[in-house]
Amino acid sequence: MGLDYRGRIPMLVLRLVALAATVSATLIMGTSHESAEYFGIKFEANYKKSPAFKYFVIMNAIASGYTFILSFVPAKTSYGHFVLVLDLVMTLLLDSSISACLAIGQLGKNGNSNAGWLPICSRVPKFCDNVTAALVAGFVASITYLIIVIYSLHNLINLLTLKS
Amino acid sequence: MGSEGVERPEVGSGHKPTLSTRAKWVLPLLRLLAFLATLAATLVMALNKETRKVIVATIGTTSIEATVKARFQHTPAFVFFVIVNGNASLHNLLMLVVYFIRHKFGLKRHAPRAIAILDLLNVALVSGGETAAVFMGQLGRDGNSHARWNKICDKVESFCDRGRAAMIASLAGLLLMIIITIISIIRLGNKNTKLVSSTNVP
Repeated sequence: MGLDYRGRIPMLVLRLVALAATVSATLIMGTSHESAEYFGIKFEANYKKSPAFKYFVIMNAIASGYTFILSFVPAKTSYGHFVLVLDLVMTLLLDSSISACLAIGQLGKNGNSNAGWLPICSRVPKFCDNVTAALVAGFVASITYLIIVIYSLHNLINLLTLKS
Repeated sequence: MGSEGVERPEVGSGHKPTLSTRAKWVLPLLRLLAFLATLAATLVMALNKETRKVIVATIGTTSIEATVKARFQHTPAFVFFVIVNGNASLHNLLMLVVYFIRHKFGLKRHAPRAIAILDLLNVALVSGGETAAVFMGQLGRDGNSHARWNKICDKVESFCDRGRAAMIASLAGLLLMIIITIISIIRLGNKNTKLVSSTNVP
C-alpha cells in the first residue's frame, strides 16, 4: 500500500509542473495587452490580434484542463496505453502551438525586410516582454509533456534495461 | 496486457497465421507513404522561389519597375520546415531499409526501442515545423492589419501555391507518422510480452 503511493510521486510531480507551466502560459498570454500611438493611429496589441497567439492560448487552456484531470489518474493502470496515446497527442499539439508562436514572435521582434514587414517590438516593449515570458512557460510545458510521454513509455516497457 | 491474445509464441509446425502475420505489410507501407509525403514537402518547399517584376510608379511614359523576390530562405519558419521534413524523410527511409535488412544483423533486442523513441522525436519535430509554416503562410496570405503587415500572396502567387502544396504534403506525412508511432509503441509492448513469455517456457 505504501509502495503504491511512492510509485505515483514522480508522475504527479511531472504533471504538477506541466499544470503550472500551461496555466501560467495561458494567463500571461491572455492578460498581456498594450496600446501605442503610431502616427495618430491607436495601436492595440493583445493576443486576439494574431491567430498564432489565439491558438497558443486555446491550446494551453485545453492542456491545463487535461493535465488537471489526469493528475488524479495513477501512472500504472490498465488504461496505460490509452493515456500514453492521449499524452502523445497533447505533446504534439503543445509543441505545434509553441512553434507557431515562436515563428510569429521572431517576426515581431526582428521583422522581415524581404516582405516589407517592420518589427513591432520597439513600439510595444511591455507586450513583447509578456509574450516572451508566456513563450518560456509554453516551452517548459512542451518539454515537460515530452518527459511525461517518455516516462509513461518507460512505465509500460522498461527502457533502461537492455536485456528486455 | 489484454493484447497478448493477438500474438502467440511460435509452436512447432502448422500454426495458423495470426493477425500479426497477415497485417505484417501495414507498417512498411505506412512508412513508405510517410517517406514520400515528407520528401515531397521538402522538395517542393526547398525549390520554392519566385521573382516578379512589379510596376511601382509611372513617370511620363517610362515605368519604374521593382523586382519582388520570394525565397523560402527569407523566413526562418520555412527554413525550419525544410530541415525538419528532410530529417523526417531520411528517418522514414532509414527505418524502411532497416525493416528489410533486419535479419542480417543482430538488431532484435535494441532496435524496437530505438525505433519507437526516434519515431517519437521525429513526429514532434515535424508537428512543430508544419504548424509554424502554416501560421506563417496564413500571415502571408491575409496579412495582419493590426501590425501593419501587408499580405504578399497577391504579388507572388505561385510561391504561395507551392508553399500551400508543401504544407498539405507535410500534414499528410505528419498524420501518417503519428499512426506509425502509435503502432510502433503498441508493437513494442507486444514484442516485450512475447519475449518475456517465450523465455519463461521451460
